Amino acid sequence: MFRRKRSAKDFTDEVQAHLQFEADELEAEGLTQQEAYRRARAAFGSVAAAEERFRLRGRVQWFDNLGRDFKFALRQLARNPSFAAVAIFVLTLGIGAAMAIFAFADAALLEPLPYADPNRLMSVNESSASTPRWPLSYPDFVDWQRMNKSFSSLAAYSGTGFLLRTASGLESIQAERVSGGFFRTLGVEPIMGRDFAPDENRLGGPNVVLLSYRTWLNRFEARRAAVGSTVDLDGKAFAVIGVLPPSFSFGPAGNVEFWTPINSLSFHEHSRDFYSFWGIGRLRDGVSLQTARAEMNSIADVLQRQYGTRSFNLAASVVPLSEVIVGDVRPSLMALLGGALLLLLIACVNVGSLVLARSESRRREIAVRAALGAPRARLVQQFVTEGLLLAVLGCLGGLLATVGFIRLLGALVPKDMSAKMPFLEGVHQNLHTCALAIGICVLAAILIAATPILRLSQQRGRDSLVEGDRGAVSRFWRRMGSNLVVVELAIAVVLLASGGLLARSLYSLLHVRLGFDVRPLATVQISLAAGAGVGTQYSEILRRVQQLPGVQAAGLTSRLPVQCDCNTDSIKVIGKPELVGENEVDERHVSPGYLPAIAASLVRGRFFTDADDSSKQGVAIINASLARKYFPNRDPIGQRYTNTEGGHLSTWEVVGEIEDVHEGQLDVPAAPAEYFPLQPTIERGFTLVVRTAQNPAAILPSITATLRQIGDGIAVSNEITMEDAIDSTQAAVLHRFSAWLIGGFAAAALILSVVGLYGVIAYSVRQRRREIGVRIALGAQRGAIYALVLTQAGWLIGAGLAIGLFGSFSAARLLRNLLFGVSTRDPLTLSGVSALLAIVALIAAFLPARRAASVDPAEVLRAE
Amino acid sequence: MTTRKDAEHISILQGTLDLLILKTLVFGPCHGQGIARNIRRQSEEVFFVDHGSLYLALQRLEDKKLISAKWGVSENNRKARFYSLSAKGREHLTEKTSEWRRLTRAMALILGGAAAPEGEEG
Repeated sequence: MFRRKRSAKDFTDEVQAHLQFEADELEAEGLTQQEAYRRARAAFGSVAAAEERFRLRGRVQWFDNLGRDFKFALRQLARNPSFAAVAIFVLTLGIGAAMAIFAFADAALLEPLPYADPNRLMSVNESSASTPRWPLSYPDFVDWQRMNKSFSSLAAYSGTGFLLRTASGLESIQAERVSGGFFRTLGVEPIMGRDFAPDENRLGGPNVVLLSYRTWLNRFEARRAAVGSTVDLDGKAFAVIGVLPPSFSFGPAGNVEFWTPINSLSFHEHSRDFYSFWGIGRLRDGVSLQTARAEMNSIADVLQRQYGTRSFNLAASVVPLSEVIVGDVRPSLMALLGGALLLLLIACVNVGSLVLARSESRRREIAVRAALGAPRARLVQQFVTEGLLLAVLGCLGGLLATVGFIRLLGALVPKDMSAKMPFLEGVHQNLHTCALAIGICVLAAILIAATPILRLSQQRGRDSLVEGDRGAVSRFWRRMGSNLVVVELAIAVVLLASGGLLARSLYSLLHVRLGFDVRPLATVQISLAAGAGVGTQYSEILRRVQQLPGVQAAGLTSRLPVQCDCNTDSIKVIGKPELVGENEVDERHVSPGYLPAIAASLVRGRFFTDADDSSKQGVAIINASLARKYFPNRDPIGQRYTNTEGGHLSTWEVVGEIEDVHEGQLDVPAAPAEYFPLQPTIERGFTLVVRTAQNPAAILPSITATLRQIGDGIAVSNEITMEDAIDSTQAAVLHRFSAWLIGGFAAAALILSVVGLYGVIAYSVRQRRREIGVRIALGAQRGAIYALVLTQAGWLIGAGLAIGLFGSFSAARLLRNLLFGVSTRDPLTLSGVSALLAIVALIAAFLPARRAASVDPAEVLRAE
Repeated sequence: MTTRKDAEHISILQGTLDLLILKTLVFGPCHGQGIARNIRRQSEEVFFVDHGSLYLALQRLEDKKLISAKWGVSENNRKARFYSLSAKGREHLTEKTSEWRRLTRAMALILGGAAAPEGEEG
């Protein structure tokens, strides 16, 4: 079939032959050979031009046509600017949303972690039945490191804080203690200075720090001399030995400024059942995840037998590090990506049906052009050009919108959280997103161009000339257009249902019973420098703050509520068997005024008083969950239980029981919790909670100022109202993020689909004017005309709803990880969504129906 | 019918050159120069073929498989590229000829008023 293209040489030969013949003839007429040849050449014209034309043949015509089509397409769009504007706007919206969400999903899920060979990096920890990732104790970590054969290196890290002395006073900063080999395990090297040396990692090693790149920039003005200088952390001199690269971040650690080796352990950390270290490991070549998991499990088992720590019933957990870093956001991102793709689909379908509707009104033009001899290929090319032009404009708009959307989405993530998600920094256009952009544009162009082309092949050009605009409704468009609208309506239902379920989840989440009064609380984190007088500073702080105008009460706690079920304690009720693996309760140290200040409600017993301090026998307040679990059907007041505080058995007497104060994140049920009196001599970091009479945000500056007045041994950070603190927790943010975005997609989808429905019905009414006029002339009531149009719309809406509800069930199943306090088939949401769509769609159909009913038969029939 | 001065060539109507070439080839294979000469002579020197266009048209017809080409030797022993009509080309010619007849008749009806050549009211 395929023939070799004719060569230019062959063509030149032919021209030469031509000239030869011509010359032969002239020679026969009596001219000299030379003269004959000259004349032949002259008669032929420019040989070079002929050859050039041969060479360019086809190509020129194609370019000519393309240029003409392009100009024609532009003219068509300009002639109908509202069509062009709507189509481009719809595409911009759809493409922009899809691309922006994809950029996030790409950064979080597709881009590899910024470490060497990140697939081999594992998060290696202990694991309990209720908590799949449970921290390691230091002795366990050392043994795991020594005994395992699966990992080429195993390292531990643990968050900590320091008081950094700066020119303007003490500042509380985040730091991370890491075991030797931590950076080697990740494959990260300092850009300046060096990694920790072996003797620095040994217990008792010198005080040294590595700086995060940002710290070097912000606190050391990026001076080279920073390496080798010393910083004052907690009143001790630490030598700066290096600076980490700018690209380095470690999500689980958050926004860390200083990195120190684990070369000194606290009193507790020496014990095998004080779990506060997290592990990472690099799998040896050829070792699979399963093998490593099995080995670590057996090591954990051996150690538990050996040291009698079986009561925790811990196993080992080995999961890819990426799972730990992005695992929490994956369901949200997948849901958002799904939503964005559905929106994109609806946008393309919408533009497709717009083009279709317009191609319908251009039927005569097409028919005329076909009759005048335009080959089908040329007509198709024309439509492809128009589709391409729309798609390209839409994509350009989409790309611009993407930049804006990315910025908007980024701004929605609170700062604290984005530090935990370093991958968000990597949200930008890259190879993946560019490939997707091209893919989307090609797809959009195909969709947009394909609809009228399909239409073109369905029908012989000649028919429409005969048929013209009059006569029967074009069945094709009605069928095709209707189908498209059903798809749009169905997608809108899916998005609306998802958005509804997520919104209800968010509502339930924000209305979880917290067990305390959130509104009037302001909170400030306080760290005290080590040294004398720490104990007296507590009472001084509380006294001074309580004197501030507008302050009703103030208290101190070791940890704010609604943040995390961490800082747990393992307890045992005296005289009862130990519950294996279920002894963990949240442990909080609070000042006597704290629980009354947050308005926790006392069930029985009493709150702490100033007389309850560590010098006396231990007293505790427990929450209702703890009472139910450990003292079922008993009055817990006066009961005693034990824990091992720092390796020593301590006994505590329950003096009060309160309703659950929600200590953990919003989306987990309230856990058992115990409250101990604050021990001023041990605790140096805590949170001040102040109950105010007016807006708590307004009082924060004066609290900070007051605290600074007390002395320079106090560092103040994280000034925030309780409400904001809760709003910026991960659970709240993720739920809000998905609810708002999917809700936004749903609103856009609703508008697009309803506009699509309006278009179909209005078009059909316009086409049926004559029929309707005849019906009215023959005595049909207005009501019957309404019924006629609305029935057509009703069928479409019904079909869309049915398919959409069916799709919603599947969508909700996919979303179930994101739902909270609402069932996947919540009847209220689904019926509400259906009603909303039906009502809005019926209104959209009602407008053309009214136009149909007001048709004047005389006018329509006369127009014939 | 027309008295023709030597310079009175009429440029060939766009789209009709193909038809003329095909018609010329009905009488047997011919090379490009021969085709041009035949068109000129048959039209009583009215049509003067632009050679650039001719060869482009030949190439186009060849591409459409309406004609085929082969290098051969002419009667006076010159090498030349000979074109011959394919079955498809013959069919195309018939179709286009009748179309052309209808067109010229319609043109004549309008231009010539009632005095249309051969036959009236169809």
